[in-house]
Amino acid sequence: MSTTERELKARLEIMGGLGAEDEAGLNPARMSLRNLDFFYGATQALKGINLDFPDRQVTGLIGPSGCGKSTLLRVLNRMYDLYPGQRATGEVLMDGENIIAPDVDLNDLRSRVGMVFQKPTPFPMSIYDNIAFGVKLHERLGKSAMDERVEWSLTRAALWGEVKDRLSASAMGLSGGQQQRLCIARTIAVRPEVILLDEPTSALDPISTLKVEELMDELKQDFTIAIVTHNLQQAARCADQVAFFYLGELIEVGTAARMFTAPKVQRTQEYITGRFG
Amino acid sequence: MSATITAPRHPGPAKDLRVARRLGQRRHRTNFVVEALCVVATLVGLFFLASILLTLLWLGFGGLSLSVFTRITLPPGSHGGLLNAIVGSLIQTALGTLIGTPIGLLVGTYLAEYSRGSALGDAVRFVSDVLLSAPSILIGLFIYVLVVRPSGGFSGIAGCIALAVIVIPIVVRTTEDMLRLIPVSLREAAMALGAPRWKMILFVCYRAARDGIVTGILLAVARIAGETAPLLFTSLGNLNWSVSLGKPMASLPVTIYQYAGSAFADWVQLAWVAALLITVGVLAINIAARTLLRGRH
Ligand SMILES: Nc1ncnc2c1ncn2[C@@H]1O[C@H](COP(=O)(O)OP(=O)(O)OP(=O)(O)O)[C@@H](O)[C@H]1O
Ligand SMILES: [Mg+2]
Repeated sequence: MSTTERELKARLEIMGGLGAEDEAGLNPARMSLRNLDFFYGATQALKGINLDFPDRQVTGLIGPSGCGKSTLLRVLNRMYDLYPGQRATGEVLMDGENIIAPDVDLNDLRSRVGMVFQKPTPFPMSIYDNIAFGVKLHERLGKSAMDERVEWSLTRAALWGEVKDRLSASAMGLSGGQQQRLCIARTIAVRPEVILLDEPTSALDPISTLKVEELMDELKQDFTIAIVTHNLQQAARCADQVAFFYLGELIEVGTAARMFTAPKVQRTQEYITGRFG
Repeated sequence: MSATITAPRHPGPAKDLRVARRLGQRRHRTNFVVEALCVVATLVGLFFLASILLTLLWLGFGGLSLSVFTRITLPPGSHGGLLNAIVGSLIQTALGTLIGTPIGLLVGTYLAEYSRGSALGDAVRFVSDVLLSAPSILIGLFIYVLVVRPSGGFSGIAGCIALAVIVIPIVVRTTEDMLRLIPVSLREAAMALGAPRWKMILFVCYRAARDGIVTGILLAVARIAGETAPLLFTSLGNLNWSVSLGKPMASLPVTIYQYAGSAFADWVQLAWVAALLITVGVLAINIAARTLLRGRH
């Protein structure tokens, strides 16, 4: 990418600390990326990312296809560790600990950083067991405590009313939108600190999409959320902070309000106004 | 400007409807010929299958009586039954499956989940595939050398082991295939909740692949229920009542083998009955397997 001087100056300004109006309304960071690089074998997919995820707020990650948004999410819960040849360098700080260090307990990390995928992925078991599966991995709960947890998470995911009479039915029988909310319930049932959502509504109808969006507003009272989306309206509706990526680089980050009204970098503006991407 | 408007939007000459129609007719003719050939081939196949089944039903049902199930094999002319052969077949098929299935499951799981690109995995897969198509008489001889001779004689357990060796590669193949069909997204979803690999395999992958794996096991059962060659060198057959795994053991296929070629009409008759029993049993297992597989979709 040929970076224009203007862009460079604006980017330096961002790196040197956010402008006063950018920080307005953003909480202190729950998770911080410092000089994060990511490689698929020899190909570098993320280049020197510095980004803070404000606590109990929604960060929207936007940018054209292939710019590294999913890659970034997969770093945050070390999903990439499943595949030899993929590696990250730099720091991802959470409570002062670098979670991409080799000695981090991955199962423990993933219980703190949950993930919801683009396509709903219900397990081939009952609705109840879908939720209990994750909980049982990290906690020993009695029957009634588990019942309570299942109800709590399904309620938080705005699904309880629709499924409370058929908890023992197979989750495969739910509609796509219900399945996606079940996956969200399954993720929050583990009570993570951070929830990563990778285009969670791209396979859903408008009504289900609306439900998931409302849900996010609700969930951010308890969880720090990072959401990848191609839907800029969605980002504007749900996100407190928006980060724009291009070709593996973080081009610009700021409050959603500022990013959509007064982007500083030309490329951001072009993307937001739909001139490319 | 006007030149660009009149230019064809697609390259090449304009579509000729007569050419299109002629091509369509040719397609129909070819389709008819291929369809006719398929039907003829199907009918030929069905004819032989039906004639075998009808002969079997005709001759088998003719000899069916209660004493087949209550009396053991006896000398010609003394109204014997098949009790010892039926029980022997049940025992050997069941034990063969019980021994072979867990081994096959574990190997198949290793191949699908843990062996990614390793030389050991490729070697195991190769050996298993060779075993899958090995003539079953070789497996009988193999167990004869490995178990029967060292242990000092033919035995029911040697028969079970020979059958297990046939079960293993079938279960390995279906287990590996079924596990590989499970989408990466489902695996990642389990791992993303913080599940260790073995829990993902045990509680999510097996669950998703269950019907396919069970179908494979059932097909393996159907296969060994009718095997004769591997039993000839191992459990041998036994005309007397015996359920001891340490002694020679009767079985339906071996009884058919011995009776069908004999000069005694009542023995030949019993051989047909035995054949009918095996066929009905295998058919039932196949139908069960198919129903399971269909319930999946
Ligand atoms: N498994 C992989 N191996 C090699 N390269 C990969 C792999 N996955 C992604 N990439 C590459 O990394 C870059 C970033 O991909 P990523 O999936 O993160 O993009 P994205 O921003 O999520 O795009 P989209 O909006 O289309 O989902 C792309 O150039 C992609 O081709
Ligand atoms: Mg993506």
